[in-house]
Amino acid sequence: MQITVEHTSTYRFESPRMRVVQSHKLTPASNGGQSVSDWDVSVDGASFGAGFRDGAGDNVCLMTLPGPVSEIAIRVKGSVTTEDTSGILMKHKEVVAPRVYLRSTWTTAPGIGLRALAQRVSSRKAGTLEGAHDLMGIVAEEIAYVPGSTHADMTAAEVEEQGRGVCQDQTHVLITLARILGMPARYVTGYLFADAEGNSHEASHAWAEIHVADLGWVGFDATNQCCPDDRYIRVCSGMDAQDAAPIRGISLGSGDESLDISVSVAAQQ
Amino acid sequence: MDFFNEMMDGGEVRVPYKHLQAWIDSHSQDEFRIKRAEAETIFRRIGITFAVYSESEGSTERLIPFDMMPRVFTEREWRKLERGIKQRARALNAFLWDVYHRREIIRAGRIPGELVYRNEAYEPSVIGVDPARGVYSHVVGIDLVRTGVDEFFVLEDNCRTPSGVSYMLENREIMMRLNPDLFRTARVLPVDDYPRALRRTLASVAPAKCEGAPTVVVLTPGSFNSAYYEHSFLADQMGAELVEGQDLFVDGDFVYMRTTRGPQRVDVIYRRIDDAFIDPLCFRPDSMLGVPGLMNVYRSGGVQICSAPGAGVADDKAIYTYVPEMIRFYLGEEPILQNVPTWRCGDADSLKYVLENLKDLVVKEVHGSGGYGMLVGPAATKEEIAAYASRIKADPADFIAQPTLALSTSPTFVDSGLAPRHVDLRPYCLVGKDIHLTPGGLTRVAMREGSLVVNSSQGGGVKDTWVVSGE
Repeated sequence: MQITVEHTSTYRFESPRMRVVQSHKLTPASNGGQSVSDWDVSVDGASFGAGFRDGAGDNVCLMTLPGPVSEIAIRVKGSVTTEDTSGILMKHKEVVAPRVYLRSTWTTAPGIGLRALAQRVSSRKAGTLEGAHDLMGIVAEEIAYVPGSTHADMTAAEVEEQGRGVCQDQTHVLITLARILGMPARYVTGYLFADAEGNSHEASHAWAEIHVADLGWVGFDATNQCCPDDRYIRVCSGMDAQDAAPIRGISLGSGDESLDISVSVAAQQ
Repeated sequence: MDFFNEMMDGGEVRVPYKHLQAWIDSHSQDEFRIKRAEAETIFRRIGITFAVYSESEGSTERLIPFDMMPRVFTEREWRKLERGIKQRARALNAFLWDVYHRREIIRAGRIPGELVYRNEAYEPSVIGVDPARGVYSHVVGIDLVRTGVDEFFVLEDNCRTPSGVSYMLENREIMMRLNPDLFRTARVLPVDDYPRALRRTLASVAPAKCEGAPTVVVLTPGSFNSAYYEHSFLADQMGAELVEGQDLFVDGDFVYMRTTRGPQRVDVIYRRIDDAFIDPLCFRPDSMLGVPGLMNVYRSGGVQICSAPGAGVADDKAIYTYVPEMIRFYLGEEPILQNVPTWRCGDADSLKYVLENLKDLVVKEVHGSGGYGMLVGPAATKEEIAAYASRIKADPADFIAQPTLALSTSPTFVDSGLAPRHVDLRPYCLVGKDIHLTPGGLTRVAMREGSLVVNSSQGGGVKDTWVVSGE
């Protein structure tokens, strides 16, 4: 499938900001399931540099803007040809040892409730593909998809306690459960093309990748209860949502800021 | 417990100290008292103080007691130490390269992967990054203790930003100023080439993108830091700019320093701030000390950071026990310097042994430093031991234990006159294009009679360290 993406993130500042510096992971890398043909990131007045591919195989780039600015629009535009690989991440160049993804972060620290959930998977299934599917099912049962029910820096333990959340929260719970069972797991940020019945706010999406012996990394979308197929574009990954954030930035100045995101993901015939 | 006395062997003065003994004999105790007061005045004037952190009193500034009596090695003793220290510095850097690249030592089953991958000091963001010349730790401070005429043990390695080298230099300068007669007759190898050697080492790891002579800066957290004096001292001695995070900024592919003549590109940053505070975009977002985007520039090869981010995984106390293994694995050599036997409380058998023998052991936190939060069994009360035991039981993997070492003594001038006091040694090994070791280091001394804790935060003092040639 050929998918085109237009994604604009607009930051608006109450009072103008100086010396804006952002680290971007906005450009997907090609792998066995996706071929990135053209992709462009642009910001008026900004300079880009220090590009490299990190150990996890993600493209990283640095943006600086001297300012003063009261608004920054980061425009991402590109197209990708995708193939269904049944969720298996293939031919993705990376050098990080999978076991590094057994570390827990502040957001994915296991709590009593999460440990109890993980116990529902029988120990002989831990580490297997079947075990990973079971975990995805448990998340679907326990964490209802309710938009607006959580805030951005909620931990997996808090989400588990209240029993609902959005794709970020479901993914955090899933990777925490996998790590409890000794399965390396990571957070993936990307795009999802949804057809007429699909939800538009899911166009910018998140899911988990769990490392399974013999297969390698396999994607699990807890929100949609499936493994990513040719409707998905994988952009970048990390230990949790913060680590996998496509934009991390800082600027000089005070006052509130707001972020407005518009995404359109379309399929071409 | 028997202690090795570095000066006296039975009734005889040992060779390295003969010259010193003659000097001691030719002066009265009162003369030494006067000299000690003079030394203290000088230290106060130049402002070498350090901050001591205590939970009850907050932070206070204090002078580290300086002892007039030097600690002496012969050149022959030193050459063996030098070989051992350089060997260790090479192996530690080889390990760091390996764990951030192909991980051969883990694949070979010589070090458990868990110990590396789940170590807080292992930094995933620099996996696959190639620092210049493959060097991660450019200043390796190796803490040594002596227990016999030919017995040295490595207490710990410091691969991040070992401090104290300014004392090595200042102690020598003050000794020479107060006792010129002593240096006219003793052939003491000089230490004053250290700042030049440090500068040469840092310049030798400029990134490939650097054009012309590299610009080197010293990055400090600021004047409130306990080692600020040393940061400014070293910058001054090297002829490098001393900068804080706010003096640097990134643009495009490089890092720049603000100067009165406009921005100047920086090639090498000798940083004296911890990884966590280097770049708020990569590490702690609340850090005001760092430079936003610095890690991006480093990772894309635009600047060298010394020590390289992530170097701390090699000096972790749990990793320490595997250093002899690293030496064999990477260098194909046998370790010249021995490790102190260490029990990792994470192992069930070791834990049992440690809990049963706490009164004879020294127990440390795996991630701790500076002598804070450790238990010295023989000096602790029953209550202290019981309280510490419950801390260990709560999180065994966070602790290691070692036997109480019979630290050697060196003559020290105390209120009652000259008396043996326990000492350790921290030499500073420089690693860049070449490996360089200045003949000397920082000797720390426990000023209290019988005390084995030499940390300055626990009342330890310092001495000039001599390597004398041709004896």
